[in-house]
Amino acid sequence: MMSDTAVRIGIDVGGTFTDFALTMPGGIKSLKLPTTGDNPEKAILDGVGRLLAENSIAPDQVESIVHGTTLATNAIIARAGARTALLTTAGFRDVLALGDESRFDQYDVNIVKPEPLVPRWWRFGIEERMSARGDVLLPLNEEALEQIAVQFVGEKIESVAVCFLHAHVNAAHENWARERLKKLLPSLSICLSSEVSPEIGEYARFSTTAANAYVQPIMAAYLNRLETGVRALGLTAPIFMFLSNGGLCKLDTAIAFPIRLVESGPAGGAVFAGDIARDLGEEEILAFDMGGTTAKVCLIDQGVPRRSDSFEMAREHMHRQGSGLPARIPVIDLVEIGSGGGSIAHIDSMSRLHVGPESAGATPGPACYARGGGQATVTDADLLLGRLAPEDFLGSGIAISKEQARRAIGEQIGDKLGLEDVAGAMAISEIVEEQMAAAAREHAREKGVDLRQRTMIAFGGSAPLHAANVAAKLNIEKIIIPEAAGIGSAVGFLQSHAVFEISRSIKMPLAEFDAALFNREFAQISAEARSVVTAAAPDAEIEESRSVSMRYRGQGHSLTIAIDARAIKPEDGALFLDLFLKNYTAVYTRPLEGIAVECVGLGLRASSVGDALPAKNILAADTRELPVKAALFDLNAGKFVEVPMLSRQRMAGGQSFAGPGLIKDDGTTICVPENYTAHCGKGGHIIMTRQTVAGGG
Amino acid sequence: MADPAEVIRFQVIWSNLISIVEEQARTLMRTAFSPVVRDSSDLSAALFDSQGRMLAQAQTGTPGHVNSTAAAVPLMLEEIPVDQLSPGDHLITNDPWLASGHLHDITIASPVFREGVLIGFFACTCHQLDIGGRGQGPDAASVFEEGLAIPVLKLVESGRVNDVLMKIIRANVRTPKEVEADILSYVAANEASTDTLLAALDKLGLTGLVQIGDEIIARSQASMVEEIRKLPEGTARNSITLDCYGTPVDIVCELEISDGELRLDFTGSSTASTRGVNLVYNYTNAYASFGARCIVGPQIPNNAGSLAPIKVHAPVGSILNVERPWPVCARHIIGQFLPEVVMGCLAQIVPERVPAEGAACLWGIQLRGGPEIDGNFQDGGNWAKDRYEVLFFNAGGTGARPHRDGLSGTAFPSGVRAMPIEVVENNAPIVVWKKEFRPNSAGRGHYRGGFGQSIELSTIEGRPCGLFAMFDRTTVAARGREGGGNGAVGNLYLKSGKPLEPKGFQLVGPNDRLCFELPGGGGFGPAEDRDPAEMDADRRAGLVTDKQPDRDKGD
Repeated sequence: MMSDTAVRIGIDVGGTFTDFALTMPGGIKSLKLPTTGDNPEKAILDGVGRLLAENSIAPDQVESIVHGTTLATNAIIARAGARTALLTTAGFRDVLALGDESRFDQYDVNIVKPEPLVPRWWRFGIEERMSARGDVLLPLNEEALEQIAVQFVGEKIESVAVCFLHAHVNAAHENWARERLKKLLPSLSICLSSEVSPEIGEYARFSTTAANAYVQPIMAAYLNRLETGVRALGLTAPIFMFLSNGGLCKLDTAIAFPIRLVESGPAGGAVFAGDIARDLGEEEILAFDMGGTTAKVCLIDQGVPRRSDSFEMAREHMHRQGSGLPARIPVIDLVEIGSGGGSIAHIDSMSRLHVGPESAGATPGPACYARGGGQATVTDADLLLGRLAPEDFLGSGIAISKEQARRAIGEQIGDKLGLEDVAGAMAISEIVEEQMAAAAREHAREKGVDLRQRTMIAFGGSAPLHAANVAAKLNIEKIIIPEAAGIGSAVGFLQSHAVFEISRSIKMPLAEFDAALFNREFAQISAEARSVVTAAAPDAEIEESRSVSMRYRGQGHSLTIAIDARAIKPEDGALFLDLFLKNYTAVYTRPLEGIAVECVGLGLRASSVGDALPAKNILAADTRELPVKAALFDLNAGKFVEVPMLSRQRMAGGQSFAGPGLIKDDGTTICVPENYTAHCGKGGHIIMTRQTVAGGG
Repeated sequence: MADPAEVIRFQVIWSNLISIVEEQARTLMRTAFSPVVRDSSDLSAALFDSQGRMLAQAQTGTPGHVNSTAAAVPLMLEEIPVDQLSPGDHLITNDPWLASGHLHDITIASPVFREGVLIGFFACTCHQLDIGGRGQGPDAASVFEEGLAIPVLKLVESGRVNDVLMKIIRANVRTPKEVEADILSYVAANEASTDTLLAALDKLGLTGLVQIGDEIIARSQASMVEEIRKLPEGTARNSITLDCYGTPVDIVCELEISDGELRLDFTGSSTASTRGVNLVYNYTNAYASFGARCIVGPQIPNNAGSLAPIKVHAPVGSILNVERPWPVCARHIIGQFLPEVVMGCLAQIVPERVPAEGAACLWGIQLRGGPEIDGNFQDGGNWAKDRYEVLFFNAGGTGARPHRDGLSGTAFPSGVRAMPIEVVENNAPIVVWKKEFRPNSAGRGHYRGGFGQSIELSTIEGRPCGLFAMFDRTTVAARGREGGGNGAVGNLYLKSGKPLEPKGFQLVGPNDRLCFELPGGGGFGPAEDRDPAEMDADRRAGLVTDKQPDRDKGD
């Protein structure tokens, strides 16, 4: 499917920029264009045309196009989706509004909860009912359905989410409702909860289905326009969509389940990191992505980012857990927190320093942009500490005022903490790094992972400045700052394979271990998943990974444990128990005695196997005379000290050096702290390793 | 100028402590067996210094537990002093008078040792659905009927679980395995947090929590005092009448602000009840303080320092401060009204900050079924066959805020969450036929109150069941403020017509349905000032109809 000479295009449509990565014999070409609002295909078609012309590539030479977009997310955040109705079990019209009936902040009496995507007047209850076991308690009232269809017409409803209680157990009523509605209203877009999110828990299932219905008409129209446009350019290559779980699918799958696209940008970054890990033979990775507004961390094993089955969309209070709308979809398991270069620092009434989640963004931007923002940010701190220099911003055309940064930090932070401005900057840097380290620590703890064994791969505009300090807090010994990190997501799209995941609920005490049942279930979902992957990647070899979810009977939370993709034998019950106890002890320190362990689910992921992109050609060594010293603030010494500074190009010449020091990169700086040494490795990636220090920890 | 390294180190560790306890709370939710802990976060998790002062508390959890746990740790240390503790010890109790007010809550306090020196404690309090006795309800005449009492004991001593104690616990509860596993999962959560804390201290080169703790408490306290000083000095009085059990009960509060302290005196409140709706002082203190903290300095982290300037007094023998062995099982009913009473006082001082009254008390529907209820002895008298006990929480409307409508179907002051009905129906053979907003239940106003809910349910096969009723606001409405209207009162009845009592165990006959109408919140400001577009939206949504009765205006 992928070869060294394949011409392929990755396109990541973000809120501000559309990034392109074109692979061709010889390497990767990149392009960044402003995103074109409601018609993102304009920038895409423009960019694709330019890339082909500039590189003398004929349209029919392109083998595939991989595309990810935030269009669905933006429609949800801006509440710009279709006129969407909810058809639900009578008596449950307010599931979307009730949520879990809690407040996401205990002490704030003024919180605003997220408005449901479907207003109450378009939420219709209909007589029907299934039991928890899937038995019909009340048949679907067809007469009522016809009356509701009439109301749909009156209200000009474009899309409907059909969400009945226990439909994940028995979907007969949802199916029947769709059939009838299709006949009555052929142009109506219809989504079923039993297809979009077939799992227990009505709020999460209805919310996911409503969001899917809400964005489906827009996404369908957009993807159709895009396809038409691409064909008009003469391209015959298939278009794949990049999913939130890091896999690819065909356009028709994306049109059916647009909700599965919501996190594709950050997922692309994780896949990018995963591929570098594979290329460098790194087995266990902590990916760290720090941009202007947020930072994301993700665990990657053997090149594969970990996945999760849920995600919270459009959080009202920035990144505050519980303030958004739940979506239960396969996603790459990322933790996102409001810490970035633009994060604003402030001091509260207890002289406590906070950084973020509010961000100065690109406008007005950090105080040093001197655009009237005036608020102290992480970027201002990096500037004062000597990690960034005004020249680093030349490419952006912004005239940097170090004085503004100094004043902002001095007045807003230093004075209030009794610190000089530079020490105030140090405090900002320490706190933002601590927040990111804490997020990584919590995530690792939740997943039962020991971070000390991992290598960090850091990318995104602000990551090189803080990565090593965050790594040091986590006792991580090796950090990789990759090449081409700026268009990481678009590159990541091209690294991805056709992937399909299926999970299924079962209920089996390990004491009644039934190997035949496992083998039957796995055979069935394996066939299903493989057929989807084959459709997207006809000749590719397919690789499978399997897992079982187990828990102590009576617990609500289960552990998902990877198992080998082989036939299960009757005696494997003991192995499963052993795996569970090991995992449980790793996560929660103490196994429990006398409680039965049960298996509650199994999962399978099929993915096409292909070659990774060829490593980027290592640039020729730069022999220019460089500034060799920079002044960097040393907290322990309490003053600026002279440190060596090299360019990234010069590093490629094979130099290595011990920190503290700086490596100048395009528009940013890689900080090499004390006790770390840096060198340039395979593929042009900068690798920092910690020196073993006696008593260090 | 201060030493920058010191200043920064302090900033880092404070931020670290808060994330450690939050992590502890989430671990509890994942490992718990008690459905109300794992699905509804009926828990608290906190870190204490070596003297038992609370330094950090998880946001996940519920106030009745949080502030009670804060008081419990020092009281537990009076029973087993610090010099009798060794590494690997874990203390347990469910004593209502030491911890959170009823036997159903188990508190585990675990000392943290660093190089042999005790530097602090992690503690958590979690709700058990069953602790023996009659089952959760207000029907007992004394605490002895309410279940197994566990005095302050070492559940784990130097890493070894106390088997005698565990045997006694197992022998006294209906679901012994789950209760045991649950308790051990609390121990594990505290242990895991201990490891994280020690690693963090190592990293920062700190030996203990003394300096850090003093600083956190001093700063939080100073900040809270400053917030109180911003308020005008003086007193305010407020009272509220509750349905309670049989005889209505008055809760009276006088608030005094002077000298940087906020004093809450509940003298004048009704005397103790003969039923289990009484509160212990700890619990009264917990919810009363919470009410004050929501309005005064809500952004200040909750710890021993920020709680210190709030002084709560409730006369011994009143319903808010009973002594042993008065029954206390359903103490949360009145407890959840205390923030309303306190906020009513504060509304006279800072009216622009205080919401109108809301439904306050959660409507937790607790049902029991099986042979012991319907006498179905078909399977050779197997008591446990088809037996179930289920509890799920439902919230009415909150009061309108000074600049916003109230929240519909949202818990306040409780921090617990509702469970999905699909999960509830998987846990017990019941069918919830309806769970929707209750039209016309919100108090009118410039900003209206939150709407309550209507809930209708039956058993799946029509078998009889037992209801543990613990509901309030069925006779006295949530009052509006500043000219806003009152919310609707709650109501419960059988579909066949018979009204149900709001308190106490009641049998529900075969093939009937239980109906609950949850109270709405009061409005804020005159209804004439309401934005007509908002009024139209409520009508279009069917939440306000022409049938809305004109309820009396509030204060």
